[in-house]
Amino acid sequence: MTEARPHSPATSGPLPPSLQFGDQGRLRHLLTIEGLSRPLITEILDTAESFLGVNAQTVKKVPLLRGKTVMNLFFEASTRTRTTFELAAKRLSADVLNINISTSATVKGESLLDTLRNLEAMLVDMFVVRHADSGAAHFIARHVAPHVSVLNAGDGRHAHPTQALLDMFTIRHHKGDFSALRVAIVGDILHSRVARSQIHALNVLGAGEVRVIAPRTLLPVSVEELGVHVFHDIRAGLKDVDVIIMLRLQRERMDSGLLPSEHEFYQLWGLNEERLALAAPEAIVMHPGPANRGVEIDSRVADGPQSVILKQVTYGIAVRMAVMSMIMGGSVNQGASQ
Amino acid sequence: MKLLIEQGRVIDPHQGLDDVVDLFIEKEQIVALGVAPEGFTPDRRIDARGRWVLPGLVDLAARLREPGFENKATIASETRAAASAGITTLICPPDTDPPVDSPAQIELIHRRAKQACGVRVHPLGALTEGLQGGQLAEMAALKRAGALGASQGLKPLDSHVLLRRALEYAASHEITVFLHPIDRSLAAGGCAHEGSVATRLGLTGIPEAAETASLGVILALVAQTGARIHLCRLSTARGAALVARARQDGLPVTADVCAHQLFLTEMDVADFNSVCHVVPPLRTARDREGLRQALTDGTISAICSDHQPHEADAKLAPFPATQAGMSTLETLLPLTLRLAEEGVLPLMEAIRRVTTTPASIMGLPTGTLAPDARADITLVDPARVYSPSADNWLSAGRNSPFFGWEFQGRVTHTLAAGRVIFESRT
Repeated sequence: MTEARPHSPATSGPLPPSLQFGDQGRLRHLLTIEGLSRPLITEILDTAESFLGVNAQTVKKVPLLRGKTVMNLFFEASTRTRTTFELAAKRLSADVLNINISTSATVKGESLLDTLRNLEAMLVDMFVVRHADSGAAHFIARHVAPHVSVLNAGDGRHAHPTQALLDMFTIRHHKGDFSALRVAIVGDILHSRVARSQIHALNVLGAGEVRVIAPRTLLPVSVEELGVHVFHDIRAGLKDVDVIIMLRLQRERMDSGLLPSEHEFYQLWGLNEERLALAAPEAIVMHPGPANRGVEIDSRVADGPQSVILKQVTYGIAVRMAVMSMIMGGSVNQGASQ
Repeated sequence: MKLLIEQGRVIDPHQGLDDVVDLFIEKEQIVALGVAPEGFTPDRRIDARGRWVLPGLVDLAARLREPGFENKATIASETRAAASAGITTLICPPDTDPPVDSPAQIELIHRRAKQACGVRVHPLGALTEGLQGGQLAEMAALKRAGALGASQGLKPLDSHVLLRRALEYAASHEITVFLHPIDRSLAAGGCAHEGSVATRLGLTGIPEAAETASLGVILALVAQTGARIHLCRLSTARGAALVARARQDGLPVTADVCAHQLFLTEMDVADFNSVCHVVPPLRTARDREGLRQALTDGTISAICSDHQPHEADAKLAPFPATQAGMSTLETLLPLTLRLAEEGVLPLMEAIRRVTTTPASIMGLPTGTLAPDARADITLVDPARVYSPSADNWLSAGRNSPFFGWEFQGRVTHTLAAGRVIFESRT
């Protein structure tokens, strides 16, 4: 039997990188980590490093995006992520608008595209989008006017690229060279856009080993194909790792039969001091927040010396400044170092 | 009206005929092949030299969207598209709005079809009232009104007891039941094949087991009741293997596949391409090969379009929020001929799967070019290349993933009941 010959533009391989890139390969939208090269990710992290200095100054502003308008378009509630995007944009001197769509237009039956067209007409330069549907940021990027950029702030279970980048920043900052590192991601991988983006980023950056630790019910099928080793036993999974990333466990998972109880999850997959001791001596503990203490992580670990959870939040602003300025600004480094 | 189709290559799977012969038509019927009946003087001649003369296609599953969804398409628009694609008989699922659960609905659809271009339209009747999955529909009355079978469409029928009763009741009236093997709870919330692509894109998957588990239940009930059923839109290799075994065991079961499942895979949704959002979902390359194998060995005997035209807005949303379905009437024959090109089926066998076989599944006397048959005929110029595009597309639904593909062979004429209902301009 012959293989089908689809002579078709419709039949594509993996995600076409072109949607994220504009003229001369410049980053135009940031939708997913997939398709980003190691040099590009490294450039983003380097740029963020320079913004870290800005954030430490008393006057925390640079004029890179003066006159530009950034719209935080959140179709799903979030305080933390929206706030860091807002701060990042303001520190770049952009005008910022926050729109919470979950409670406005779409409820009235307006389509996403209509909403978008209306907001576009307000001459926005960048949409920072969060949406409950996987692929929402791609959809918006495909339909925005040519001068508008889209920054994915989380779409369904698909991607949360800036979170992954700030996590890479954190790991690099504390651990240096990725090739020597064992990284374990623990918990609800199935529903996690963060985990998917982290896995791609770690693999692009050449991490020594990426592990996921969870029961089968919280792992998507064929997760190994993303480039991870699967562990169901947290003790085996944490052995000698250099980085532990805990994921938030949503309480509604218990209702859908994925887990018997929070109690059992904590017993089997929660991170406590005893389990942390199985990791490499200087291992760092990360969490994208907000953490459920006593469900996926013990307070003594979350607040302990190996935890870098609050640093992640600080770095998040610098990383988001870097991404925004690279997408909208162009030449970034000289501006950032003034 | 007397019509002569001259010197075409007549391919009729029903008669096992593949020969260059003249075909004589009088009024609505084919009256002779090869030798003219005595005193036959044609009013019109169609020069078919170099063309293939095929029975008009019978499509087992086409949603025409009328009544209820005229913003997507109408009986008039879709029968015109069908005619241009060589399809002369359309079987329609009952999931219109209101659903086809009363004789009045069947009459309405028949009447609209009569006012249209001449393609036959046969609705299936609802299996349950309002397709609600609660009470049985009046299947006998629907059959008397012209329903050629009973179906639940894609609406759930959660109780096994109700399915058993429905099969038994349908069997008492010799009604074939058309079932989609999809387990609702296993498929819940899914919009893509549960596999590596859905994992990467973060899409909720529809697992293979949604099909195989449902097939297990259906086949057990067929064995129990002896009811005659037809399985709609197989999508997995394992599902096809279950059907093969059931057929070996002598169960009265037939099955179809839609043409796009034989060419596309989960990879086609890999950039959130909402045109490729279909139910059942596009599966793996291994499933595609398994379905082709099942077609070759006869486990799957018919190919249909599973035509589901949509207005543009239905596909303009993030992938999970888009409506499922493709507009596929116009690619049914091209894809079927492609199967022959690729050696999956010999040409006559490929044609059988869209003509004679679906006609026999429906109990219709069409799908053949034998003398006395109704003159439903499709002429194809095998030398011409057809590339579907927004410019030459007739269906109101432009949601086709095949725009830009190139197909060998183009329909030049379509006849329904002896009347030319489509003729290509060039």
